[in-house]
Amino acid sequence: MSKTAQVLKDRKVAGKGSLVGYFPIGYPSLAESIDAAVAMCENGVDVLELGVPYSDPVMDGPVIQEATLHALEHGFKLKQVFEAVKAVTSRVKTPVLVMTYWNPVIQYGVERFAQDLSEAGGAGLITPDLIPDEAGDWLAASDKYDLDRVFLSAPTSTQERAQVSSDLSRGFVYAVSTMGITGAREELDSLARKVVAGVREADANQNTCVGIGISTAEQVAEVNQYSDGAIVGSAFVRAYAEGGVEALKVKVTELASLLER
Amino acid sequence: MTSSPTNLREQDGPYFGEFGGRFVPESLIAALDQLAETYEIAKHDPEFALELAELHRSYTGRPSIITEAKQFAATANDQVRIFLKREDLNHTGSHKINNVLGQALITKRMGKTRIIAETGAGQHGVASATAAALFGLDCVVYMGEVDTERQALNVARMRLLGAEVVPVKTGSRTLKDAINEALRDWVANVDTTHYLLGTVAGPHPFPTMVRDFHSVIGNEARQQMLDEFGFLPTVVAACVGGGSNAIGIFHAFLDDKDVDLYGFEAAGDGLDTPRHAATLTYGKLGVLHGAKSYMLQDEDGQTMDSHSISAGLDYPGVGPEHAWLKDLGRAKYRGISDAEAMDAMLLLARTEGIIPAIETSHALAGALKLAKELPDGSSILINLSGRGDKDMETAAKYFGFLPGDN
Ligand SMILES: Cc1ncc(COP(=O)(O)O)c(C=O)c1O
Repeated sequence: MSKTAQVLKDRKVAGKGSLVGYFPIGYPSLAESIDAAVAMCENGVDVLELGVPYSDPVMDGPVIQEATLHALEHGFKLKQVFEAVKAVTSRVKTPVLVMTYWNPVIQYGVERFAQDLSEAGGAGLITPDLIPDEAGDWLAASDKYDLDRVFLSAPTSTQERAQVSSDLSRGFVYAVSTMGITGAREELDSLARKVVAGVREADANQNTCVGIGISTAEQVAEVNQYSDGAIVGSAFVRAYAEGGVEALKVKVTELASLLER
Repeated sequence: MTSSPTNLREQDGPYFGEFGGRFVPESLIAALDQLAETYEIAKHDPEFALELAELHRSYTGRPSIITEAKQFAATANDQVRIFLKREDLNHTGSHKINNVLGQALITKRMGKTRIIAETGAGQHGVASATAAALFGLDCVVYMGEVDTERQALNVARMRLLGAEVVPVKTGSRTLKDAINEALRDWVANVDTTHYLLGTVAGPHPFPTMVRDFHSVIGNEARQQMLDEFGFLPTVVAACVGGGSNAIGIFHAFLDDKDVDLYGFEAAGDGLDTPRHAATLTYGKLGVLHGAKSYMLQDEDGQTMDSHSISAGLDYPGVGPEHAWLKDLGRAKYRGISDAEAMDAMLLLARTEGIIPAIETSHALAGALKLAKELPDGSSILINLSGRGDKDMETAAKYFGFLPGDN
């Protein structure tokens, strides 16, 4: 079984729930982003998502846009992804997924990216703008190198598409809400529940983690009641922007506080 | 896969050869499916065709005329005839209205009440704001901050028409970033909102649907050439930003083997400098804004900033059908610098009394060059995609025509 799936399952079975945490590589520098990511893993993040800065991040809100733009302006290069993954996985046991828009992977070469990620100790990829329908190369490469591949499922996805996401994802399915920014909490929650239920219906053994603008410990706990993990990004990046790695540690500890360690 | 070169006109998305597809967040797939289905039904519904044709007749002012530009042609080669397909005479001043009215009808059919649009030169934004006013839709237009400055008059036009114009301050603050912002809005509001994309780029079905709505340009022009002049042109030429006016006039001629097709993209400061928008000349295969096509990017796949004096051509991507036509060798693409375009703008104004948009001036400059290369007796049909009113500030500064300049 995928290491990511194993971690999520083990914590679920133990009644604990999981926190999936995002941090961008190269923000504010490569070394500092590595330290930040390690600090997250040491303070309560169960699965790490390292974000690849990209010039046209259509799925990201302003906080992450600003951080990744900073990284790009300060000389982020794609090969640093593998340096970062290697550095983090040598210091902590947490599974490390890389979240990337698809064009950088195409330019690097899909197979070569998979090979280098695998050699660096990475667990796999989350691909926000790659739907399974377009993922032929990636399906083959991720099979060859035994990598996780996390596809998305949305409230607008048909059951047929939820089935495909579920069948082709490894590690977990990423449940997103289309109303991520503007919707009221309750509405978001019912949409997220619907997405999780769709994946469950497709495959009761598949994991689903939920990312819907989560920023409090209560929300992390609540989401874990009906899914396999809560995904948090902007809240961590904002904490780092405001108070560096110390503030980030406090935020991670806080958000994980209602999940048993 | 690719069709045989005898029926290029029949090629529809999602793929044009290896180009096209849907590289977008899962959240948008349902909306794209709904759009593709609604469009597919409309396409085969005679009512829809009638409704659109009547709008074009009584609102857009179609068919647009063809004007022969004799004096303009003579400055390059008096043995070559140049014809202008006058999309500048359309209501709102450019070809953009063709696509906008089509998509506005589709929006109504989908029961959506809000449209969003990106705009570079502001022509697509103005056309969208116009359709929103006509059909009673809410309208938000995303426009790069740089473009709001160089096309300030169009910002005022959109606001006068009741649209909200949002200056986009991220990235290069031009068209590419306006599209990013529109996509973010769409992901968040997809239930009520249609993204009225303004060119033949983006995920399927946009490249096919937008092309179909603009194919009226070439269909009319081809028939007009035959009816009024008795022959088809040797060359059909257009400027290429995302590629909508070019594909609109090319499409009817795709299977006319004796008609050469030329697209002119913005070479900015020059093709020997890094400051250009020559996507088909220098771009590499990649994914931008939902489709696989050529794009200007660095070795890490980061999109590079494009540069052009014309906001509407200042885009580092291009529609997938153009990438395909280039690879097939069916269409040729060349770069035209800022200076060459501005010279052609002035020349058309002085020789024919027609002030073209700066975007369009790239096609005019390209045609002048071709006129010198072509054998005597050749003819060039140019898509005069828009008028230059919106560009008066840029032109006045460029040529020194402001009060106080001498
Ligand atoms: C008059 C005119 N021509 C051409 C263009 C370029 O767009 P496209 O390549 O999609 O025709 C624009 C875009 O704003 C325009 O306003």
